[in-house]
Amino acid sequence: MEMKKIWALLAVATLAMTAGCGQKSDDEMMMEALAKSGAKAAVPMGTASVAGKVTVTGKVPAAALFSVDADPVCKAQHSGMVKEETVIADAKGDLKNVIVYVKEGAGAYPAPTTPVTLLQKGCMYQPHVFALQVNQPIEIVNGDPTLHNVHCMAQINDSFNVGQPNQGMITEKKFTKPEMPVPFKCDVHGWMHCFAGVFNNPFFAVTGDDGSFKIGGLPAGSYTLVAWQEKYGESAPQKIDIKDGEAKAVNFTFTAN
Amino acid sequence: MGPDKSPVYQSNLHLYAFVTACCTFVLLLAGALVTSTGSSLAVPDWPLSFGKFFPEMRGGVLFEHGHRMVAGTVAILTLGLSIYTQLAERRTWVKKLAWSALGAVLLQAVLGGITVLLHLPTQISVAHAGLAQIFFCLIISLALVTSKGWVQGQAQSVQIVSDPIQKAALITTLVIYFQILIGAVTRHSGFGLAIPDWPLSNGQLLPADWTAAVTLQFSHTRVGAFVVLALVNWLAFKVCREYTQVPALFWPAAAAALLVWIQCFLGILVVLTEKSIIPTSVHVIVGAALLASMLVLTLNSFRLIQKGNPV
Repeated sequence: MEMKKIWALLAVATLAMTAGCGQKSDDEMMMEALAKSGAKAAVPMGTASVAGKVTVTGKVPAAALFSVDADPVCKAQHSGMVKEETVIADAKGDLKNVIVYVKEGAGAYPAPTTPVTLLQKGCMYQPHVFALQVNQPIEIVNGDPTLHNVHCMAQINDSFNVGQPNQGMITEKKFTKPEMPVPFKCDVHGWMHCFAGVFNNPFFAVTGDDGSFKIGGLPAGSYTLVAWQEKYGESAPQKIDIKDGEAKAVNFTFTAN
Repeated sequence: MGPDKSPVYQSNLHLYAFVTACCTFVLLLAGALVTSTGSSLAVPDWPLSFGKFFPEMRGGVLFEHGHRMVAGTVAILTLGLSIYTQLAERRTWVKKLAWSALGAVLLQAVLGGITVLLHLPTQISVAHAGLAQIFFCLIISLALVTSKGWVQGQAQSVQIVSDPIQKAALITTLVIYFQILIGAVTRHSGFGLAIPDWPLSNGQLLPADWTAAVTLQFSHTRVGAFVVLALVNWLAFKVCREYTQVPALFWPAAAAALLVWIQCFLGILVVLTEKSIIPTSVHVIVGAALLASMLVLTLNSFRLIQKGNPV
């Protein structure tokens, strides 16, 4: 009986050692994955940063109002009509929900394992605009006590349309290729839509309420930055040369039409 | 001596076919509403809806699942019609027509499911729209050929006054169907507002930039509409003048003449209201009604107008 236990322990230990010898470090696995994908090898994260504001000039029309009465559950979560989120700008023209990203000059970087969350709450998408990296998980959560369908209308990546009939349901997805922008909609509630940007590097940001953004961790180099807004589209590109530790200011301006 | 294949009018069979035709018309409206309200993918699975037979009927689900329920009802009615025709009808070709209708509605259901599962590829969605009209025509034909007028109509055969209208009616029916198909391609490609104004095209008599979208939309809203309008009016004028005493020809022609103008007006409204739900959906079913009226005229003309066989 004792001998049997000893043999069993030895067998387990041998298997564990064999597995351990064959195991690769995370870095090695990441480099292999990058090589397989044909992506340019990642440059280590740097210390430079770019920050600025995105504004809109000209007369920005007041946000249109829409009704969510088609679903009593949605209606119960709002007091009256709801404002469209297509253009959100303050009195100074500071634009919210603009994706600013490095269009050229950055290599491919491994994706974080932390998922990005897209929440359906009050029959609205939160956030309305977001960005993530290639192969970074995205968790789509139904926070409403009503049914939603999550219809991703990707063109380069695989599109999908999944049903979430119950509150609390979570669907996890990943995008395997860079794509900008990726629209989402809910066909149950026609007013629900949002946009994602998918990048193969972490050098992107979405502007906040005051239109500001900051992209950090840039290695020294030359980059082309652009800003994208769902109504105004992509801005004119801005080229920058940046050194280690440098903090550059870059601003973008859209014209309301 | 073989079995007697001469037709016998059966009011119940005709009534059943007529009710099925009415339900099919409602089904066309339900289908049109699905696309017009942007609810085509509100239910992402098929044949179940959110994994259930009856999901909560909210928002777009009301239209998409509602369409499936009406379609299910029509499919069951068509199955009943096929069986009823098989048992009660003497004419073999009418039995075949009924089974063809059943085949069409089943194929239509599969196309509907595929287009949902594949996220509305244009080809499948257009095929679904095109087959819907063919199925409607089959059911209309069944209602017509089981009617008293059709079954007992040989005695009413009319004398040819001038050129026969059969060929013209047949061509007009085919042209209307083709125009509906162009409309379906325009609609399901998302080109409905490629030219956003009317009667001008982006402020000019002819579009300045002939992209695929503009060409398609122009073909449907200008060329096709004009051809259909001209053909239907010419034919209706001819029929109403020469066959005034033949209700089976006069009324479908008169109905087509009225419907074609309504249809053109609705088409203009679709553009000017930026594809507002009601005019867009009504445009689809008035198109179907126009096709049906011309089909009835065509079939009746072949049935009633016979060379050298005056009244």
